[in-house]
Amino acid sequence: MLKGMFSRPENMKMYWKEFMLQCVDIGIGSLGIVLIISIFMGGVTTLQISYQLVSPIIPKATIAQVVRDTIILEFAPTLTCIVLAGVVGSKIASELGNMRVSEQIDALEIMGINTKGYLIGPKILASLIMIPCLIAIAGFLGIWGGLEAGSLANILSPEEFMQGLRQEFKAYNIFFALFKSFVFAFIISTVPSYYGYNVQGGALEIGKASTTAVVVTCVLILFMDYLLAAILL
Amino acid sequence: MIELVNIKKGFGDKVILPEVSAKMETGKVNLIIGASGSGKTVMMKCMVGLMEVDSGKVLYEGKDFTGMEEKDRKEIRREIGMLFQGSALFDSMTVEQNVMFPLNMFGSGSLRDKKKRVMECLERVQLKDAARKFPAEISGGMKKRVGIARAIVLNPKYLFCDEPNSGLDPQTSLLIDKLIKDITKEFNITTVINTHDMNTVMESGDHIVYMYQGRKQWEGSNKDIIFSKDEKLNDFIFASDFLREAKEIRQMEMFQQKDWRDKLKKD
Repeated sequence: MLKGMFSRPENMKMYWKEFMLQCVDIGIGSLGIVLIISIFMGGVTTLQISYQLVSPIIPKATIAQVVRDTIILEFAPTLTCIVLAGVVGSKIASELGNMRVSEQIDALEIMGINTKGYLIGPKILASLIMIPCLIAIAGFLGIWGGLEAGSLANILSPEEFMQGLRQEFKAYNIFFALFKSFVFAFIISTVPSYYGYNVQGGALEIGKASTTAVVVTCVLILFMDYLLAAILL
Repeated sequence: MIELVNIKKGFGDKVILPEVSAKMETGKVNLIIGASGSGKTVMMKCMVGLMEVDSGKVLYEGKDFTGMEEKDRKEIRREIGMLFQGSALFDSMTVEQNVMFPLNMFGSGSLRDKKKRVMECLERVQLKDAARKFPAEISGGMKKRVGIARAIVLNPKYLFCDEPNSGLDPQTSLLIDKLIKDITKEFNITTVINTHDMNTVMESGDHIVYMYQGRKQWEGSNKDIIFSKDEKLNDFIFASDFLREAKEIRQMEMFQQKDWRDKLKKD
């Protein structure tokens, strides 16, 4: 499928337009859910870590340090991408599936358009750009959520939290999170595209393809999460 | 002209088209008719390249479409317009944007020129007022007409219509038939229609290919059908008592015409 995508675009302007449309759909369209998840994710992480780190010899700032690393290394990229697999992945699979079943893809083929290049290419490219941005936002908001939750529950003050954030900070963790986000973005866009593009049948099959696409995407994300952690950490 | 030379197509062990040859003539409305499962949709999909033939050739003006590289195929596809059974309009675009899509992708010229061309096509199918509507807001017949407008916007040399009358009332159906027939004559294009609508057969069939179990059973014009002695064709076309009676009346009418009387005597 990916091989078939690479051919000279029939009209660059139209491909660009489709790419921008997908950027808005994937990026702006998923922003709301990412905001909600990441803030609560950070808040809950702070509460749960403070619940477990009860020893008087551990400084409170350590809570923020653990929250930071947990969010950057795992929660922001993986949890956000699992949610995006549902939001973006099902949308891609059902959109392409509907286009296939209603012969819209055939109509494009008849016009002499490379449908893989025109329909799937911009989705993959937009995902590779927008999903890492969403994950960066999720990281910032997760940490901010943690800070606010810590302050609201009187667990640790904002100053203590900021101090913890600066403790033993490794820039490599950011690289690792972004690298993961690129890999996950690729999975989130390609797997549903494959299932959606190759749907045969009717509405029932579109639903099945959409569900299968999300399940396979989630499993692949978790598998790659483990593999990347084993290789890169 | 489009020519099919011994095309074969099957899926696994099941052979759909055992070996079919036919000619689709320029300036005529060519119909492929047959019962459901007779292979007419597969035949049309093979003609436009949506399915690959197992063997045989599809020739467009003598050029072998089946053996062409994708780049050359695209050149021919740009001369093809197709109306799909379900219209296949893009849901997220308005009627105007749907018709303008091929122009934006392949056409040159300013936006004003493109809009002018779109309006010409929409006027041709009497849908100028629906330009701003989305496909979900228009009726099935209107969708078909938008499909026709989109198919002709780039002035194609070949027009394919897959069951253009399915799901339409008789009046709208006649309107679509007339539109396709008029466009064919006006622009002298090769039109191929896949149908089992008997009105279309009798009103528009300049050249008809009747498919039976994947084979070409009969070939002729709508006038030839009236006097055809092919049992399978007669069973298919004149399936009801009403249609059989209508055929006999038409036979008598045609027998009054001298040229037909002479032709029949000669046969």
